[in-house]
Amino acid sequence: MSVLLLLTVFTDGVQISDIKLHAPLLAVAESLTNRSIAWPDWEQWKRVLQLQDYNTRVVMTGTGLLGMAAGLVGSFTLLRRRALMGDALSHATLPGVGLAFLLAPYLGLNGKSLPVLLTGAALSGIVGVAAILYIRNLTRLKEDAALGIVLSVFFGAGIAILTIVQQVPSGHAAGLESFIYGKTASMIASDAQLIAVAGLLSVIIIALLFKELTLLCFDEGFAGSRGYPVLILDLLIMALVVVVTIIGLQAVGLVLMIALLVIPAAAARFWTHDLKRMMLISSGIGGIGGLAGSAMSAVFPNLPSGAMIVIVCSSLFFFSLLFGRSRGVLVRIARRWELNRSVDRQHLLRGMYELLEARESAAGSAGISVPYLQLLRMRTWSSFRLLRQIERCRHNGLLVRNDDAGLSLTEAGVVEASRLAHEHRLWELYLITQADVAPGRVDQAADAIEHVLEPELIAQLEQLLEQQRTSGGVVASPHPLESSAGQRAAGQQAVSGDTSPPPVEKGRMP
Amino acid sequence: MSGLENWSWDYDGWIVLAGMLCAVAASLPGNFLLLRRMSLLGDAISHAILPGLAVAFFVSESRSSLPMFLGAVIVGILTALFTEWIRNFGDVDEGASMGVVFTTLFAIGLVMIVQAADHVDLDPGCVLYGAIEMTPLDTVDVAGEPIPRVVIVLGSVTIVNLLFVVLFFKELKLSAFDPGLSTSVGFSARLMHYLLMVIVAVTAVASFETAGNILVVAMFVVPPATAFLLTERLGMMISCATVIAMLSAACGHLSAVLVPHLFGYQSTSTSGMTALCAGMFFFAASLVSPRNGVIVRIVRRQKLAQRILSEDLIALLYRMDERSRDCAVSSQKLSSVLLSRPWLGAWLMNRNVRKGQVIRTESGYRLTDAGRDLGSVLVRSHRLWEQYLVSEGGVAVDRIHGQAEKLEHFTSRDLRDRLDEVTAAPSTDPHGSRIPSEHMD
Repeated sequence: MSVLLLLTVFTDGVQISDIKLHAPLLAVAESLTNRSIAWPDWEQWKRVLQLQDYNTRVVMTGTGLLGMAAGLVGSFTLLRRRALMGDALSHATLPGVGLAFLLAPYLGLNGKSLPVLLTGAALSGIVGVAAILYIRNLTRLKEDAALGIVLSVFFGAGIAILTIVQQVPSGHAAGLESFIYGKTASMIASDAQLIAVAGLLSVIIIALLFKELTLLCFDEGFAGSRGYPVLILDLLIMALVVVVTIIGLQAVGLVLMIALLVIPAAAARFWTHDLKRMMLISSGIGGIGGLAGSAMSAVFPNLPSGAMIVIVCSSLFFFSLLFGRSRGVLVRIARRWELNRSVDRQHLLRGMYELLEARESAAGSAGISVPYLQLLRMRTWSSFRLLRQIERCRHNGLLVRNDDAGLSLTEAGVVEASRLAHEHRLWELYLITQADVAPGRVDQAADAIEHVLEPELIAQLEQLLEQQRTSGGVVASPHPLESSAGQRAAGQQAVSGDTSPPPVEKGRMP
Repeated sequence: MSGLENWSWDYDGWIVLAGMLCAVAASLPGNFLLLRRMSLLGDAISHAILPGLAVAFFVSESRSSLPMFLGAVIVGILTALFTEWIRNFGDVDEGASMGVVFTTLFAIGLVMIVQAADHVDLDPGCVLYGAIEMTPLDTVDVAGEPIPRVVIVLGSVTIVNLLFVVLFFKELKLSAFDPGLSTSVGFSARLMHYLLMVIVAVTAVASFETAGNILVVAMFVVPPATAFLLTERLGMMISCATVIAMLSAACGHLSAVLVPHLFGYQSTSTSGMTALCAGMFFFAASLVSPRNGVIVRIVRRQKLAQRILSEDLIALLYRMDERSRDCAVSSQKLSSVLLSRPWLGAWLMNRNVRKGQVIRTESGYRLTDAGRDLGSVLVRSHRLWEQYLVSEGGVAVDRIHGQAEKLEHFTSRDLRDRLDEVTAAPSTDPHGSRIPSEHMD
């Protein structure tokens, strides 16, 4: 793998057109047939894992630290819904690099020296930040458009300037390309030190201003109303992104930098709701990605380290997406199932209670049989769903099956069912008396909320509705009870007919 | 040396035309990307199509254009799909899911390409600039005329996009503004979304091949954003964006040829300068847009501030006049009471003199009849509001002055009459001052 390829390919999307245009130039014949990755022997593994090579040590330290710093700063940009700000700002540094090179000789400086180029990049990054804030705060365009405009316009300007740089006699070899392309594999000790310093700086700033930055991320308006300097804090977050981006850019290149700012933070979000923990997890994922990615690239010499870091990070992202403990997909599916099951159970018990009540006083109705078919018709549920709930309730000792295809509540079942009916009716009463909802519509509304009523709320409702309450037992239903599914469906239609869609103003912008 | 001596319509004309076609083709779907807040999709697709190219290269074992084009388009569409899935399933912010998808795809493509080729001889310079300058060199004969291939490709993409926007205008509009309503009246918002994604991917890939991605990523965002600032109607916005895109392309090539000459260099990248020109147009629009321009708003605010101050001056003169008939006051005195800058007070009083509301005498300013009418209207509004705030709003007497001071400048005749009615036509305000009667004319 030649360094040139790494340099060329590991960059921005721009070269894609080029790979196409220059596809004939891809060295072909034998490389097409030889795509296998040679499995390294144990010696190679040992060399890398024990960090025997100086170069491996430097690269792994540097990328690991960069991953941690980027993960830390990325958490804030993610919560500010500006995940792609790294993308925009890393493009925005380009004109500064070119201009610094062109103008440095007039100031008596060496245009190729790293501090000069970094200063140029930082200044141009700051102009980019100012442009994003200008567009967001003073026009009616949104965040994404601001990022897109800054990204493309600054990058265009950068390309125009770099084309001119190429015409300067010494310009072609100036190494400005490494700013765009990165040079992960040839990272040197001073790069790793620079990354360490920048990382430490961002940790200190974040630790000092943690409260303010948190407030800004979660409630910008509130932070402003409490007198925090929102604009300055916003600038500070962006400045941290600029610092991390610039340090990372010349070490690892554009796309890797974007990935490190976005992916670890997005992955950490699945594990916790706590910002501090999220930042720890995020920088952990970034660090692991940097270490593991560059280790893999060192072990398999055919794999570019930048790409491997991204792939390790995004594997961790997909793992978190599935298994994350607080927002992962599986956890949320399980939670929804649990809720659906408990809703079905409550519907079953309340349905039985209502049917019993229709015949006689339900309070002492343990043992009286309710036909299964009548229950099935009460709601639009499949017999499979209903039977599963019946089994579960039977298992919990709330009801028993009789021989005549009927069900009856146990003593415990009566207590539970009357509690549920009571809560449902309390809410209906509340809607009728306090919110002026027509009695014909309250059943639906109460149905939606009864499953999530907390005990404190029930107590409050009871207090509020003291006068309507019958002494001790379950409140009477404030509307006639329907016993067949057909009537219920008709009622639903009548309800939903009222809610026509709002008119749209023709051709107006929102 | 102007830089234009090498200009030739046979050569530069084609470049400008190719640039314009690319710009228009991208800005048409770009309008809807902007409205759907997906402006960065073009950028994401431009990074993400790498594995598509690599797979096409492996499968076809050739470098011909068609498989590569198909591979890139398919991955471009997948990028949009994956972004959507991660956003929905993972409940992740749009930008973050886009960032995850395109960097991952890019990395995968990179690994694949490294496996395919042990070394590649690419010129990084050529990579960055886009190849639009090479447009006239690669021609195809159409009806005996040599026409650049790029122009044919981009021309067909532009026509397809134009047809798409015109034919589906209503559906696109509705699904961009109100996806729920759109689905409920029968055009699936989801279908329109995916159609738009296909169009975006095709446009992006076709343009990368021909004009470089800087140009197309910029044209997806900047002209629609500029048009968005200038107008509030969608049809108008699309037309504006098209015109701005064409102007940017033309100015871009011109400035790529001209600007570097001012500093003694050769011409620079057309794609880069086109993006920069579009950025300049955007900046200009953000300053002077008729409704929302930054400068326009500043001017409007200044004018309002001056009107209020000038009315305050008249009202103050009126109140002094109430206490001692025909008194004359110096502009320094007025300014110091109103806490305004003396020169501003003096200047506004001069303006009031020209309007005939005030006359200047030896001892100071004095109200004319016209000025006294205006003053009485203002003071009447002020005192009616004070009365209203106390009697209807239940505000304490010591707190009403500030609010009335603000409201008096925005109170019309109708509103004064209604205040008068609601407060039962009082003759004095809560402070005991007389409320002037409505001026009859």
